[in-house]
Amino acid sequence: MHSELSVSLWRGGEDGRYKTYSVPQCESQTVLDVVTFVQRHIDPTLSYRFACRVGVCGSCAMTVNGKPRWTCRTHVAKVAQGGRLEIGPLENLPVIKDLATDMRPFFEKWQEAKGAFAPTKTRHDAIAQIRPGTPERMAADAAIECINCGICYSACDTVRWNGDYLGPAALTRAWTLVNDARDGGNIARLQAISGSGGCHACHSHQSCQQLCPQALNPTAAIAGLKRRTVAAYFSGEITA
Amino acid sequence: MNVRLYVWQRATAAIMAPLVVVHIAVIFYATRQGLLAADVLSRTRGSIAWAAFYGLFVAAVSIHASIGLRNVLHEWSPLGERRAGACAIVFGLLLAALGIRAVVAVVLP
Repeated sequence: MHSELSVSLWRGGEDGRYKTYSVPQCESQTVLDVVTFVQRHIDPTLSYRFACRVGVCGSCAMTVNGKPRWTCRTHVAKVAQGGRLEIGPLENLPVIKDLATDMRPFFEKWQEAKGAFAPTKTRHDAIAQIRPGTPERMAADAAIECINCGICYSACDTVRWNGDYLGPAALTRAWTLVNDARDGGNIARLQAISGSGGCHACHSHQSCQQLCPQALNPTAAIAGLKRRTVAAYFSGEITA
Repeated sequence: MNVRLYVWQRATAAIMAPLVVVHIAVIFYATRQGLLAADVLSRTRGSIAWAAFYGLFVAAVSIHASIGLRNVLHEWSPLGERRAGACAIVFGLLLAALGIRAVVAVVLP
């Protein structure tokens, strides 16, 4: 094990550059530990985002040695190459400063994809009985553990090439709701994800499912949406 | 790509898959049997079946390739979606014209 890590951190905004720091290497050290060390002991002006430190909140994602990762659960020993780390902000999102990106485009696309639950009952109705073993519920459950970290969005080539593309996370959320028997907003949702930036823009490169820290499979969800939207198009429920 | 273009691209791909297999089989047959141009033309001229086969092939290729080109231009060039669509339509019409010309040349008596 190297006693010192050579850590290059992105400093500045979109036109910033990498600056290298020397950080002591420790046992069981995470990438977030490294960034925190720099901010607390070397340069307090370093900006980055984190909250829970245990892989729940999804706020600490950064680009580590070229790949987007959740830094609080990424051990340095697994990603450092020759004792070197290059840590930058998430790609495909505007840089605010240093390692903090503006997540608004990411969450706005959740809204565009009709990612909000559309209830069909009121508080006066009986609670819906959902059997966990039905194919629809199992499909919804498969994608429900998304923590909104933005890693899939940052890893996606289609997002990089097509600024209108809704992205893997928003479409996976749409797939969850499409399969939720309690939801009543599917026609509007399928229409929203059938435009030029919708699910049909996906090239199935599968970077999203390869790098998703929750081991979700957005590519499979998007493939499901493609099938569902085609059926809705032929039945006249949605238009092109 | 919207759902309508997606359906057209997948449908034309499904049409082309068996046509490509038959097309390659025909090429193998013609070369292994040592058929000359005159032999090929004697089989294709006046044939409604070959006209329909390659006519459908040309139509499917023109639609499929132009939708694909539209996506490439939209994602990889500074052209906007509308201009990429216009370029793709021109490309598709060119493919169709060249293809129809070739089909006509071999099937008209």
